[in-house]
Amino acid sequence: MYTLPNKLKVFALVFMVVGAIGIVAGFLSTPKTVEEVEAIMAEAHHDGGHATSEHDAAAPEAHQSMGHHNGQEMDHGSHDMTAGDHGSEEHGSGAHGAQDAHQEHMEHVMHQMQNRPWSALYIASFFFFMIALGALAFYAIQYAAQAGWSPVLFRVMEAVTGYLPVASIGVLILLLCSALGINHIFHWMDADLVNPDSPHFDKIIAGKSGYLNVPFFMIRAVIFLLGWNLYRWVSRKNSIADDHAEDHSFFKKNFKLSAGFLVFFIVTESIMSWDWIMSFDPHWFSTLFGWYVFAGMMVCAITVIALVTIFLKSQGYLEEVNDSHIHDLAKFMFGFSIFWTYLWFSQFMLIWYANIPEEVTYFITRIEDYKLPFFGMIAMNFLFPLLLLMNSDYKRVNWFVVMAGVVILAGHYLDVFNMVMPATVGDTWMIGVPELSSVCFFFGLFVYVVFNTLTKAPMVPKKNPFINESKHFHY
Amino acid sequence: MASKVIHAIYNDDDILMNAVKSVRQAHYHIDEVYTPFPVHGLDKAMGLEGTRIAIASFMYGVVGLTVAILMMNFIMIEDWPQDIGGKPSFSYLENMPAFVPIMFEMTVFFAAHLMVITFYLRSKLWPFKKAENPDPRTTDDHFLMAIDAGHHNVDEMMSMLKETGAVELSLIENEGDH
Repeated sequence: MYTLPNKLKVFALVFMVVGAIGIVAGFLSTPKTVEEVEAIMAEAHHDGGHATSEHDAAAPEAHQSMGHHNGQEMDHGSHDMTAGDHGSEEHGSGAHGAQDAHQEHMEHVMHQMQNRPWSALYIASFFFFMIALGALAFYAIQYAAQAGWSPVLFRVMEAVTGYLPVASIGVLILLLCSALGINHIFHWMDADLVNPDSPHFDKIIAGKSGYLNVPFFMIRAVIFLLGWNLYRWVSRKNSIADDHAEDHSFFKKNFKLSAGFLVFFIVTESIMSWDWIMSFDPHWFSTLFGWYVFAGMMVCAITVIALVTIFLKSQGYLEEVNDSHIHDLAKFMFGFSIFWTYLWFSQFMLIWYANIPEEVTYFITRIEDYKLPFFGMIAMNFLFPLLLLMNSDYKRVNWFVVMAGVVILAGHYLDVFNMVMPATVGDTWMIGVPELSSVCFFFGLFVYVVFNTLTKAPMVPKKNPFINESKHFHY
Repeated sequence: MASKVIHAIYNDDDILMNAVKSVRQAHYHIDEVYTPFPVHGLDKAMGLEGTRIAIASFMYGVVGLTVAILMMNFIMIEDWPQDIGGKPSFSYLENMPAFVPIMFEMTVFFAAHLMVITFYLRSKLWPFKKAENPDPRTTDDHFLMAIDAGHHNVDEMMSMLKETGAVELSLIENEGDH
C-alpha cells in the first residue's frame, strides 16, 4: 500500500494556493470599462515594438474583410485581426462613422480581455481533464485487448483516472458558467446571433442552432460525463474486487465493460471535441477534429502514466515494473506523438491547399497572431519526441523519458491553448499570470487527487489473470 | 583441420531458450541456432551483438528525405514552376506543406528498401542461394542448436545437452575447412 507523503501533500497544496491566488488576481486585473482598455492599448502601442507593426501590416487586409460582414459582429477569424489597429491613423480621415466603429472595436477588445482569465481557466481545466480521460481510454484498451504487459501499471492508470470525477465537476462548472452567461467564451451562446430581428443575426450560427444550442449542449455534456465516470467507477470497483476474488469473473466483467465503453467513448469523445473546443470557432469545422483531440489526449495520458510510474519507482515502489514497461510506455509516447502530428498535418494541409476563406481563416489567425505558440508547439510535439525517443535504447533511460514527457506535456498544453485562445481573446493573448496560475492550480489538484487515489488500493493487482505475464514482461 | 559440431534438436522454443542459457553457462560455444520462426530474446540469450540496422535505417531515411526535397524542388519549382493550390509563390518553402507527403513517403521508401537490401547483403543471401540449413525439419517444427565441440569431452557434452531437453543429438565431423 502507498501512503501519501506529507511533502507531496504540501507540494500539491502550495501549487493549488498559489494558483488560486493567481486566478483571482487574473480576474481582478481585467479591464472593466472601455477607458481602461484604451489606457492599456495606448501603453502597449507606446512600447509594443514588433507586435504593433505586425498588426498594422495586417490592418488593411482586415478592413477589406470588415466590409463583408456588416454588423454581424464577430466572425472571430477576421475580426480579431482588426484588434491591432487602434483606430488612430486609419480611422482618422473617416467620418463620424469611424468614431462609432472605434467605440465598437474597443468594446470588442474589452470583451476579449475579459474572456482571458476564463479561457485560461478553461484551458487548464480541460487539459488536466483530458489527461484523466485519455488514461481511462488507455486503461480500457488494455482490458479489451487483454494486454499481458500492462497489468502491473493498472493501479497507476486507475490513479490517474481517479482525477476524472473531480475534473468532470470542474469542466461542468465552467461550461455552466458559459451557459448561464457569466462569461462569453462560447460566442455562439449569444442569443442575439440566432435572433433574425437582431442586427447581430448570424445566418450560419442560426443554421446550426438545432444542434448548437445551450440546453442540448449541456444535456450532451452531462450524458458524456456521466457515461465516462460510470465506467471509471464500475471498472475500478471490479478491479479492486478482483484482488479477493476466487475466479476471474470480475476480470471478465471488466473486459466486456471496457469493450462497450470504448465504443461509447470514441463517439462521445468526438462529439465532446466539437462541443467543447471546435464550437469556439462556430463558423469553422473540421471533420477529423475529434481524432486530432483524441491523439493529443492519448499522448498526454500515456506521458503522465509514464511520469507517475517513474516517480513511484524512484521512491522505491512498483518493484515489478522494469525497463521494458517504461520502454513500452515510451513507444506509445513516440507513436502517439507521430499520430498526433499526422492528424494535425492532415487537417492543416487540406485547409491550406484548398484555401477556402471560411476554412483557412482558422489557420490565418493562428499563424498571424499566434506564431510562436503555433510553430513552437509543432516543434515540441513532433520534432522533439521524434528525435529524442526514436532510439530504442533511449526509451529505457528514465531521465530521457521524463525530459521528453515534460516537453510533450507543455507542447500539448500549448496545443489546447491554440485551439481555444484565438477564438476567445484574439490577439490580446499572453501567457502570463492567469494562464500560469490556472495551470498551477489544476496541477496541484491533479497531483493531490492522483496520489491520494493511489493510497486507496494495493499498488499492483493480485489476481489479474495476466499479472504474472506482466511481472515477467521482458523485451 | 577437422572440426566437430554437435547438433542438438529441440521441439519447443521455451526449452530451447533454457538450453541456450545453460549451454552458455557451461562455457560451450554455440555456432548457430536454426529455428522455424524468430524466437523472441534468443539473440540476447545467445549473447549476440546488438544489430546496427536501426542506425543504417535512420541514415537511409535521411537520404530519402534529402532526395525528396531536391527532387520536388527541381520538378515543381525550378524545371517547370507550378502554381500550387492557387498560391503562385514559386518558392519551395512556401509550398512545403504540399511536398510533405512526398517527403514522408520517400523517407519510408528509402529506409525500407535499403534496409532490406542491407539485411540481405549482411546475411549473405541472394536469389537461388543454396540453403545452409543443416536439417530441413528446422523449417517446420524443430529447433536446432549447433554447438562447437572443439576440444571438449564429447560424451560429457552429450549428457549435458540431453539434460537440457534435447530430443535428438548427433555429432557431425566436418572435414577440411569449416
